[in-house]
Amino acid sequence: MSEAGRFALARSRTLEPLMTLAVWGSAFLVTGAFLWLVGDLLWHGAERLSWAFLSSSPLNAGRTGGIGPILVSTLLILGVTVAAAVPLGLATAVLLTEFLRPRSWFGRLVGLSLDVLAGVPSIVFGLFGNAFFSVFLGLGFSILSGGLTLACMVLPILIRTAEASLRAVPDDWRLGSAALGLSRTAALRHVLLPAASSGLVAGLLLGVGRAMAETAALIFTSGYVDRSPSSLLDSGRALSVHIYDLSMNVAGGDGNAYASALVLIGLLILINGTALYLAEHWLNRRIMTP
Amino acid sequence: MIWSKRSISSPLSVDTRLAGWLSVAAGLTATVLVVIVLFLLHESWPVLKRIGWLRFLTDVAWHPSEELFGLAPMLLATLVSSAGALVLAGGLGVASALFCRFYAPPSAARPYRRMVTLLAGIPSVVFGFWGLTVLVPLIARWQPPGVSLLAGILILTLMILPTVALTADAALAAVPKAYLHGAAALGISRSGTILRVVLPAARSGIIAGLLLAAGRALGETMAVLMVAGNVVQTPHSLFDPVRTLTANIALEMAYATGEHRAGLFVSGLVLTGMIILLAVAALRLGGARSHV
Amino acid sequence: MPRLSLNRYLSVLSIMLFVATTASTPQAADRKLVLTGSSTVAPLMVEIGKRFERGNPGVRVDVQSGGSSRGIADTRSGLADIGMVSRALKPDEQDLKSFTIALDGITLIVHRDNPVQTLTDPQIVDIYTGKITHWGALGGADRPITVVNKAEGRSTLELFLHHFRLKSGDIKAQVVIGENQQGIKTVAGNASAIGYVSIGTAEYEAAQGTPIKLLPIAGIDASVENVRNGRFPLARPLNLVTKMEPEGLARQFIDFSRSESVHDLVQAQYFVPLER
Repeated sequence: MSEAGRFALARSRTLEPLMTLAVWGSAFLVTGAFLWLVGDLLWHGAERLSWAFLSSSPLNAGRTGGIGPILVSTLLILGVTVAAAVPLGLATAVLLTEFLRPRSWFGRLVGLSLDVLAGVPSIVFGLFGNAFFSVFLGLGFSILSGGLTLACMVLPILIRTAEASLRAVPDDWRLGSAALGLSRTAALRHVLLPAASSGLVAGLLLGVGRAMAETAALIFTSGYVDRSPSSLLDSGRALSVHIYDLSMNVAGGDGNAYASALVLIGLLILINGTALYLAEHWLNRRIMTP
Repeated sequence: MIWSKRSISSPLSVDTRLAGWLSVAAGLTATVLVVIVLFLLHESWPVLKRIGWLRFLTDVAWHPSEELFGLAPMLLATLVSSAGALVLAGGLGVASALFCRFYAPPSAARPYRRMVTLLAGIPSVVFGFWGLTVLVPLIARWQPPGVSLLAGILILTLMILPTVALTADAALAAVPKAYLHGAAALGISRSGTILRVVLPAARSGIIAGLLLAAGRALGETMAVLMVAGNVVQTPHSLFDPVRTLTANIALEMAYATGEHRAGLFVSGLVLTGMIILLAVAALRLGGARSHV
Repeated sequence: MPRLSLNRYLSVLSIMLFVATTASTPQAADRKLVLTGSSTVAPLMVEIGKRFERGNPGVRVDVQSGGSSRGIADTRSGLADIGMVSRALKPDEQDLKSFTIALDGITLIVHRDNPVQTLTDPQIVDIYTGKITHWGALGGADRPITVVNKAEGRSTLELFLHHFRLKSGDIKAQVVIGENQQGIKTVAGNASAIGYVSIGTAEYEAAQGTPIKLLPIAGIDASVENVRNGRFPLARPLNLVTKMEPEGLARQFIDFSRSESVHDLVQAQYFVPLER
């Protein structure tokens, strides 16, 4: 074996266990941090979880009572966010990957603006949302206002992951559809989007997570009212705002803050599970993967 | 369908229509940022007009009530905390993605991925709360006061880790299987394949993920507010309390009026400017996405 | 399985939006009150608002937070009917009418395990201006003092500065906090910390077992009782403000908030109700 070959073999003999150690070690670190955090939440908040907690209204500034109306507001805000961000985001991602040349100036401009948007502080989004949606467009403190602001916030994540998923679909499939005489629109609808669906759903879940985690943006847009909203133009308190208020503003609110945080995580698990299930059984069925 | 085309190379009308609609959507997406920047400029105009840009960097301290608008220590704190978090989260995140794709048994990879996705959804308030009640006292026992640059970096790492991990995961998945098969056929070890074949191929996707994470780190408000100490000073050690630009806006916006308020919006502009620079730099580094 | 076409999706969406935005029973404009302002006062007003709604069916009281200066700005611009402010009005805010609904005291707190029992005013000033830096100099353990201060602009800070005759720039702090709870948690987690927070909150937390201790000021114990009887020197008013002399629903609500029927709510939030 040549000198260089022996070097390479020797290097890989120490590198392999080192890499394995580094990767497994990182995985353990991350899992450990997660368990520590969730464990702390469970330790302090699990005793307050009950069906009554989920359905009744908050009492005594949220210290006792439940989070029923707040769950309603949260889900409504999430609904508005997804309804606004998904079509817009998907359309932009499709344009960027399928219709624009790789180095087109428009594509690069949109890409740049997305990356910058991802970094705008959440409180600036809150102030902007307040000035634009609540005041300028006249929506006031409302679910709609909060949802649209959050939609602006999750657009970068949605678009970037949708882009990545679409690019992962092999070009052969595009060429094949063209050979079959499909228009690009039809190819998108019947071939490409279903093929990219698992990645699209993953991006959606990441975006939903980001939306549910948001606090500062919602205090100024969807507001503080803890009543169940009767329309999208009503103000409604989101779960993250409630957690913030209970832990930082209300003396003695810690107990319910922990419990609400657990409910939020539970809600995320539910949404994640449902979305992944739908993706596997509904969308993926249309495509036979080799 | 084909008979409706005018010539072999002209696009179908349904496709041009779709491209039209998509362009409108993309244009709308791009204008969101423009509107936000305009908003920031509009709100910060009063103080910019009277005091000008330079004083925001050269003034010795941040005391708007005494007409001092020095942003430099907070700018440094923002940069250092985000950079530290990016380094840590970058390493841990890419390692997590590698774990899912190459090292974990299938029964472990899926729950791990679900756990990381879940981590992405935990509110910044909860991170901050946990940091304040668990992490900070721990650090305080080692070196008071506990609230510090270190605490900020650790919490930020946890928060941006999912973004890095999940986008890196998607980037790794996009590496053509042919590359992996080729590497195996050549007898390259797993670590060699990863370092020499997979990571370079997934480079642009990973950098895109890092950029998203950097943006998130720079823009994070609530959690750093609770654990970093919020003292306006240039940090000399990891254990010094610091105030980031975002925490400054959050702390003082509620009670600021007039020029003080406008000054806070200027710091928002500075942040946006930083991110634009970062994004442009990443564009140069990452290059065009590789299409196979 | 048939997929929803884009057109169908859009029409379903627009119908849903239309229904959702118009589904509420129409409320006449003068049966709704919007309050914005101080996040300290907001939880109290939420509870008072709920009780008011129960006694006056058809009325809605919407409470938003955002800070005292937002309360003032929104009241002036008409976005809010009533503003919540956690301090007395400043000289340049005298165009507004203010109505005090409760009092809130401010106390110094240290960790429960800190052997120091009391501090004189000059000692407090020296700690906060950085002249005394170790607890050893005050009879405690030899540990560096972690000074916790409030962020600029907060009324608690301004009250503190005013009482001890300091300027904001004089204070040398190791930690700067925003909300009261952050202060309590910081001191509870650090055996060498000292900070100042609302009395009612501190009393409650100490009673719950949080490891903090309230320090007397100038010999007078820090307690809600002492704020109520006026002996405690550091106290601030919690105010509702309006642009002009309030009338109609706003007047009713403000009177309700200052009446005896909500004293229990005020106390439940650990503030001190006003004796009329």
